[in-house]
Amino acid sequence: MITATGIELRLSAVDVLSGAQLSTRSGQVVGLIGPNGSGKSSLLRCLYGMLRPNRGAVLIDDAAIGSMSQRSIARAVAVVTQDASADGIDITVGEFVLLGRHVHRGDHQGFTDDDRKAVLDGLEMVDMSGFADRSIHHLSGGERQRVMIARCIAQQSPVILLDEPTNHLDVRYQHEVLALVRHLQIDSIVVLHDLNLASRYCDHLALLNHGKVVHQGRPDDVLRSELLEPVYGIEVRRLADGHHSHFAFGPLSP
Amino acid sequence: MSVVVAIGLGPVGVAPPTVLKIIGHHMMGLFDAESWARTDDAIIWQVRLPRVLLGAIVGAALGVVGVTLQALVRNPLAEPYILGVSSGASAGAAAAILFGVGSWLGRESVSLMAFFGALGALALVLALARSSGRITPSRMLVAGVAVAYLLSAVTSLLILFAHSEYGARAVMFWLLGSLANADWSTLPIGYLGMGAGMILVFWWRRRLDLLALGDETAMASGVDPGRTRLQLVVVVAMCVGFAVSLSGGIGFVGLAAPHIARRIIGPIHRHLIPASAAFGALMLVWADVAARMVLQPRELPIGVVTGVLGAPVLVALVRKLSHNS
Repeated sequence: MITATGIELRLSAVDVLSGAQLSTRSGQVVGLIGPNGSGKSSLLRCLYGMLRPNRGAVLIDDAAIGSMSQRSIARAVAVVTQDASADGIDITVGEFVLLGRHVHRGDHQGFTDDDRKAVLDGLEMVDMSGFADRSIHHLSGGERQRVMIARCIAQQSPVILLDEPTNHLDVRYQHEVLALVRHLQIDSIVVLHDLNLASRYCDHLALLNHGKVVHQGRPDDVLRSELLEPVYGIEVRRLADGHHSHFAFGPLSP
Repeated sequence: MSVVVAIGLGPVGVAPPTVLKIIGHHMMGLFDAESWARTDDAIIWQVRLPRVLLGAIVGAALGVVGVTLQALVRNPLAEPYILGVSSGASAGAAAAILFGVGSWLGRESVSLMAFFGALGALALVLALARSSGRITPSRMLVAGVAVAYLLSAVTSLLILFAHSEYGARAVMFWLLGSLANADWSTLPIGYLGMGAGMILVFWWRRRLDLLALGDETAMASGVDPGRTRLQLVVVVAMCVGFAVSLSGGIGFVGLAAPHIARRIIGPIHRHLIPASAAFGALMLVWADVAARMVLQPRELPIGVVTGVLGAPVLVALVRKLSHNS
């Protein structure tokens, strides 16, 4: 369980977050939405110690994050980051997922059979069992994101944070990755741009604007044109279709 | 094996079996000392063996340092001297050679001044590269390059003001590196210092894997990249300081050895660190053999040999990288 309250963050003399609050919800997918520059990724980075807020509290299971070692933070929170992609070293899928087990082993300890089993389980859960010996550079975008998630599963942390996991993915993979996250039923927070995806796969949404969470609640309660239009500066039309809502966007009429 | 053959090679050749006998005699009291020439004994035991051993440890250390830095700054062109440490060592050595600075340190004043120069350069780089207790790859690269330029300028200035042709030549020879000053008295310090550094780097091997993948990934896996980078930079600079103070500024080994190792063994640091050490040691031992043999009885500075051999490796590497992208 992660709870962040009153988060204020200044980066290079710019107020990025000004009093944001956010929590995980048991077994649910929490979506973090908002326009570019609203502070979504920065808020997420505050939740695992990548950024230290200037004010406010981040609690992981009631312990202040500042008092925890990076290793104990990582035992509590796994992250699908944006950086572990094509630029890093050219290692195999199996080795990459195995590095997720580093949080459970000292620097001097080798990996054990338990670790290798956790890797196989993780890969199986994301349906990538046959890929352990493939280079992570030779995966499609969707496969790569599934491997990132497998790594979080192998890490066995009770919370998963996902920083724009659908970036650079085509429509099919976007749905596939989020369906997988939902299927895991782990407490998760996912940063998303696409409101249609947010409405479909999240149990709870937090709408961020100018570094503050301006609305929170069930997707149907947050994704309302009168709330979205002032935040995004666009016209939002909602099209209901049986179980799901869909959104169409256009420029505000002058 | 390589070491034994390398010891035998030089202006005066000694057959490998004799080399083994001489070493066995000195270390374990085996064999009768009358069965080989006394000059061979002196050459092997007093000159060549320490020299080859120094080459092996310096080469290994440069290889390990190269691997470490390439992971820390996530740049395949990183090498031991980008930290400005060798320039600091050179400036220290030049001050000692040309102006007798630190002569109260005794016979090893040049090496010691080089070591202090290396530490001074490191302190300067860290001061410039640190930002709220952390070091980022780009700041580290810029700080290293800036300090390297600054201290090279200082060295040039020292040479200019010294008005001593002999001194200038001595500094030049020192800058290009040489294993010729190896002797039994300095070897243990070098082995202890560089050996400890390499063990520490290997201890943190998994952190290097994670840092090479990216700072966010490292953080998410329980490794604080800023702090780890700081710790490793200090260890690495100590290694380079020892290496440079014992053998001068030997280039290219730290760049080429990790790349060759990576091609053969892959990018996982558990394997890559020992392999780079092995390749670095082999490269330097054999480069030193070439330095002794090519223009015998004159000796080439070893930096010239590693440069001539290393440049094609670098070019091939760059071509491959641009081909891949």
